[in-house]
Amino acid sequence: MFEAIAFYLFAALTISMFTITVMTQQALYALSAMAAGMIFISAFFFILGADFLGAVQIIVYTGAVMALYAFGMMFFDTTRTVVEKRTNPRFVIVLATLAALLTVLVVIVPIIAVDMPAQLPIDPSAGNSQAVGMVLFTKYLVPFELAAVMLLVAMVAGIVLAGKKMDKSLTLMAEEEIELMQTAQYTPVAHEEVH
Amino acid sequence: MEIYLYIALFAPLVGSLFSALFGASPKTKVTGIVASGLLFVSFVSSSILLSYVLGGHTVHVEMMTWMATGDLYIPFGFVVDQVSVVMMMVVTIVSTVVHVYSIGYMDHDKGFNRFFSYLSAFVFSMMVLVMSDNFLGLFIGWEGVGLCSWLLIGFWYHKESATWAANEAFIMNRIADLAMLVGIFMLYWNLGSLQYDVVFANITTLPVVVITWIGIFLFIGAMGKSAQFPLHTWLADAMEGPTPVSALIHAATMVTAGVYLVVRANPIYSEIPNMGLFIASLGAFVALFAASMALVNRDMKRIIAYSTLSQLGYMFVAAGLGAYWVALFHLMAHAFFKALLFLGAGNVMHAMHDELDPFKMGGLRKVMKGTFIMMTLASVALAGIYPFAGFFSKDLILEVAFVDHHYIIYSVLLFTAMLTAFYSFRLVALIFHGEERYKLFGIHPHEAYKFMLIAMAPLLVLAIIAGAFKGSYYQLVTSLLPSGEYHVHSIATYWIMTIGTQLLVLAAIAFAYKKYSSWSSVPDGTSALEQSFGYKLLANQYYIPWFYEEVFSKTYRKLSHCLWKEIDLKIVDAMVDGIAGVVYKTGEKTHKIQNGNLSDMLRWMVIGLVILMLFAVGFSVLAMFAQAQVEFVRIYIGELVLGIGLVLVAVSVLLVTYHAASIRKTGKGR
Amino acid sequence: MEITLTHYLVLSTILFVIGLIGIMRRKNLLLLFFATEILLNAVNIALAAISHYRGDYTGQMFAFFIIAIAASEVAVGLGLLIVWYKRTGRIDLDQMTSMRG
Repeated sequence: MFEAIAFYLFAALTISMFTITVMTQQALYALSAMAAGMIFISAFFFILGADFLGAVQIIVYTGAVMALYAFGMMFFDTTRTVVEKRTNPRFVIVLATLAALLTVLVVIVPIIAVDMPAQLPIDPSAGNSQAVGMVLFTKYLVPFELAAVMLLVAMVAGIVLAGKKMDKSLTLMAEEEIELMQTAQYTPVAHEEVH
Repeated sequence: MEIYLYIALFAPLVGSLFSALFGASPKTKVTGIVASGLLFVSFVSSSILLSYVLGGHTVHVEMMTWMATGDLYIPFGFVVDQVSVVMMMVVTIVSTVVHVYSIGYMDHDKGFNRFFSYLSAFVFSMMVLVMSDNFLGLFIGWEGVGLCSWLLIGFWYHKESATWAANEAFIMNRIADLAMLVGIFMLYWNLGSLQYDVVFANITTLPVVVITWIGIFLFIGAMGKSAQFPLHTWLADAMEGPTPVSALIHAATMVTAGVYLVVRANPIYSEIPNMGLFIASLGAFVALFAASMALVNRDMKRIIAYSTLSQLGYMFVAAGLGAYWVALFHLMAHAFFKALLFLGAGNVMHAMHDELDPFKMGGLRKVMKGTFIMMTLASVALAGIYPFAGFFSKDLILEVAFVDHHYIIYSVLLFTAMLTAFYSFRLVALIFHGEERYKLFGIHPHEAYKFMLIAMAPLLVLAIIAGAFKGSYYQLVTSLLPSGEYHVHSIATYWIMTIGTQLLVLAAIAFAYKKYSSWSSVPDGTSALEQSFGYKLLANQYYIPWFYEEVFSKTYRKLSHCLWKEIDLKIVDAMVDGIAGVVYKTGEKTHKIQNGNLSDMLRWMVIGLVILMLFAVGFSVLAMFAQAQVEFVRIYIGELVLGIGLVLVAVSVLLVTYHAASIRKTGKGR
Repeated sequence: MEITLTHYLVLSTILFVIGLIGIMRRKNLLLLFFATEILLNAVNIALAAISHYRGDYTGQMFAFFIIAIAASEVAVGLGLLIVWYKRTGRIDLDQMTSMRG
């Protein structure tokens, strides 16, 4: 009973939050609604007994990803609203519905219809975090390590991309100036000979 | 013994491949010498096999599996038995001689190396043909010799007539080969095997109708290869090829493959009533028909080609009357003297700078003594004078016809024998006797290289003495072929027949000499004889090539033209153009999609996703219903309906609120 | 009232729809990123639900990796976005037409 109440409550909350995210004109509203929606989603994970996943959801999504977005938004002029040209919204909605339905159908039906046996059955004696750890560090060890490397690479990429020429405003420079700057950087010897 | 079998079979192939290596490089004598040497090796191996077979053994090997699928099992199997060893000997002897001869004959030709590669390839194909132990292997060899024949007839491909003749030969053989293939398929369909021994052991279990059809189809194949009427026109035209080719392929070996097939398949033919008589009648007809065309022809090589055709007719008479060993014997003897005749003609051609009209020669015996002797003796053998090879083999066929009470065939063959003697010596008399008419054309003839004459010598010897082997040959082949001594019952009749035949032939020879040995002018087509209807009929080959041209070629050309204009251009091409047009138009219309707007691209991406997944779902639903696996739907029907309903409700709520919101915001109802 | 797998799948579908609508209507690149996050989360819910109802950890594992991928995507994507903004001063999708065919 409580489960049902919780489910419907959080479902309604999540849907409304995400709707706001998608529909609002204000980037800040969208960001806040998005963060709220992420937290609500973690509630589903807790209901489903995936405690560890729920924790990760809050930490990674709400803590890291949304924070990153928030920092990112500081670079942009968020007050300037981008004009959303609304081209035939009904078409967009029907298309989206159709695509979502089909995706769910295609992905889910085989799992249920074929009655796939559980590859890694849930062990009720162990707690969720413990069990997840067992699985993650045995069968999924290599993907786990790869994911770690991928995150590291992504971090380096983010720093390099965003951090380059923090002190210069590329926006205000002409295209030639940027290129001159780049050539100067890559051929320092030639640069010094000029002096 | 297997090793000798493989050597005999593959030595020509090695020679061919070796020569092919030099195919594009300028003439080197090495290719000719190596190819000839390997042919000689093949000949020696065949001789060893012959002595082995004479001891009463046969060799049967299965080299490798060729096709094995389901019940179909066809190996690359080879057999050396009494029949194939005779053929192997004939093939290897004649081809060795012809190879050595060709070193001299093709001396000045740019395609020297290419020639030897083709020629050796031909010998290999012929060996496959005669040595195979099943019908499909025989067919491979059959097609192989056809291909090599095409290559060699069209050897001088820059000559229009040569390419035309090559194509004619190839196409006519293809028509016949199709029938042969049908025959082979029928054999397999009904008996489940193509091995000779299996087929011949079980052939009697089939209904007569089926055997008859198989026999007819196989015989059509034989008719094509052996140039029997009505598929005979290609043989005379095939003389466009180099003369050694004519000697080897179109006289001694390939054209006799049809006879070999009938001889080999004798258990099939002996089961068909009246088939034998039909074959014999056709053979007798072709013998007379071809000989009559040879009477008036003015092309040296064509005369010999018609003579070949005529002799093939003799062989089919013997085979048709059940005297298979006689047919094979005549095949062997004929191969020797006819190859000799052709090689002699090649010498004459060389001497006369490729002049083929015997009326423009005359008196050549003074300058070409060796060639003169050889061609005369070969003609004597062809005419069947005692004690030359032709006497033993050809008169035997006459006897067979007589003993079997086929008197019409007998008289036709007897008459043909006279014609044969006449046209052979007409040719000899015109070339070697009489006035030296070639001087009018400013030609200075010379004798061929000595080694060419020496190379021809074995054939000469065999043409003279081949008859002496009759006894041992009979012993050999009748252990495989149906035996049958053909003796005229009364001694008196026998002697009357033999001496009578000899006298008639001698009379024909004397007549030919009398008429042509003192010929002095070159006929120009104005004499009364040349104006007569009979002469024209014969000179135009009974108008059969003209008939083929008018009826088949022109109709076909018209049909092709019609198909090109009506079907190809208006339907096929239009379809292709239409498809291209649709693609082009579609591109024209849809290139606006690529407007570079990422938002639109995303939208298109989703549309593509939907379409693809619709396909996936559609197909799986179809498959589900097709397999009657509606279990899933029945079990989950409630949840499916609930799910879809919920989604629809949710979507419509969203739609309405969003629409209302957009109306309120814009304030003017979109 | 029992909450079944179907409920979760329907919820997941609805969230997916919202995400797709966002993807198709947003012109602001940053908000477009938000929409993709919604898509990923919708799938995560479905995976976790299947994992729960089928008694199998595989679904949860996939959800973990999806979160990891989402995190890296955000890092790289935001970096690119900042560079782009520094060069052009806008993050409007309609301005990015250099891929015109």
